[in-house]
Amino acid sequence: MKFVDEFRDPERARRLVAAIEGLVADIPTCRERPLSIMEVCGGHTHAIFKFGIEGMLPEEIELVHGPGCPVCVLPMGRVDDCVALAETPGVIFTTFGDAMRVPGSRKSLLQAKAEGADVRMVYSPLDALAIARRHPDREVVFFGLGFETTMPATALTILQAEREGIRNFSVFCNHITIIPTIKAILDSPDMQLDGFLGPGHVSAVIGTRPYRFIPEVYGRPVVIAGFEPLDILHALWRVLVQIREGRPRVENQYHRVVREEGNRAALAAIERVFELREFFEWRGLGSIDHSGVRIRDAYARFDAERRFSIPALKIADPRSCQCGEVLKGVLKPWQCKVFGTACTPETPLGALMVSSEGACAAWYQYGDLDRVMEARA
Amino acid sequence: MCLGIPGRVVAITDAERRLGLVEIAGTRREVSLACVVEPDRAPETCVGAWVLVHVGFALARIGEEEARATLAVLEELGEVQEELAAMRASGS
Ligand code: SF4
Repeated sequence: MKFVDEFRDPERARRLVAAIEGLVADIPTCRERPLSIMEVCGGHTHAIFKFGIEGMLPEEIELVHGPGCPVCVLPMGRVDDCVALAETPGVIFTTFGDAMRVPGSRKSLLQAKAEGADVRMVYSPLDALAIARRHPDREVVFFGLGFETTMPATALTILQAEREGIRNFSVFCNHITIIPTIKAILDSPDMQLDGFLGPGHVSAVIGTRPYRFIPEVYGRPVVIAGFEPLDILHALWRVLVQIREGRPRVENQYHRVVREEGNRAALAAIERVFELREFFEWRGLGSIDHSGVRIRDAYARFDAERRFSIPALKIADPRSCQCGEVLKGVLKPWQCKVFGTACTPETPLGALMVSSEGACAAWYQYGDLDRVMEARA
Repeated sequence: MCLGIPGRVVAITDAERRLGLVEIAGTRREVSLACVVEPDRAPETCVGAWVLVHVGFALARIGEEEARATLAVLEELGEVQEELAAMRASGS
């Protein structure tokens, strides 16, 4: 496929790995402890596992998987809210497939559907709007999820609904925003990070400037990266060059998609429809100031939080789950007590085992499962 | 969710709503072009462009030139590396 195959060439990958090895030999500090480089975006996490990138890298580099999987970071109570909405008489609840099997404290959306709730998987919020058009007698709620990649889609769909005067469409808004999240990670005392792979598609929307505080205030390199193996290796190489030179800055490896100023139309739509929440509750990371958005007053009639009563209870994670530690990168997925035993993709206990962007699911699918299980037995 | 797929705009289906058909790996789907139509230009100017599609929206145009430039850089990086390796190996 165009723009895909060229960036998967094994020969080029091999040479890049050799270049990385050469650089690592030149960075003395990594002989004491490995360099920790975090990929913030769940898409990168998935690609790293899928292409076995960790296995290609020298021991001196450790990849830390960040909290970039939007379904994974939702606290359990939020799934309960979705189930409550889905079970409200007259409601058609629409969601991306990733959220269907995430366990709530009582049940997942998939279980609610099996018990008779009208839950439908959609690929796009536009498909949810189309359902609302077809069923004017029903209330269609869309579960709005994700960082700045999916935020413009939700915003533009709301604007479209307004233009058409559609009255039976609303959004349960759980969109989150990347910059406060990265800041919270940098401020967290148990994180020791040497650099970042910057999210590719979030940056296509917000551009490269918002990351400047990372080198300027925290002295860490950031390289915005694409999603193919060569992109990721190339970006890692550039992070290492910055570390060796001791000159942290924001670089953009993903030129073919990311422009410095981002995407104006997408940013304008976000700005028009959403405003920052004072705080947002994350799974594993606790409450982070200004890390979520809500729908502005001007679009209140498209806001499911105002149109329905939502329980919004705080529910603690089951005790055996260590999703929080894995999300923060403190534990590797396979180090969770229940990984592969009580928690598998068929019977997930945490969202990280469900979403294609979740570290546990990716590890389960592509990691060296036999070795982990043997070591445990 | 965050993984976009590259596709090519093949036709405009609804200029007013800025919808177009995008061919993604052999299948066609209607996608919103609202984020990639340049201001004050007709949606038709997108036809033929490569775009990155996310949840039904084209989020960015993919620059062919930039793609080629990145590949060229990678190529060079590889070459330099081989030379360095040759340098190190020579005489040892
Ligand atoms: S294995 Fe399951 S419970 Fe443990 S961190 Fe992963 S998703 Fe959470």
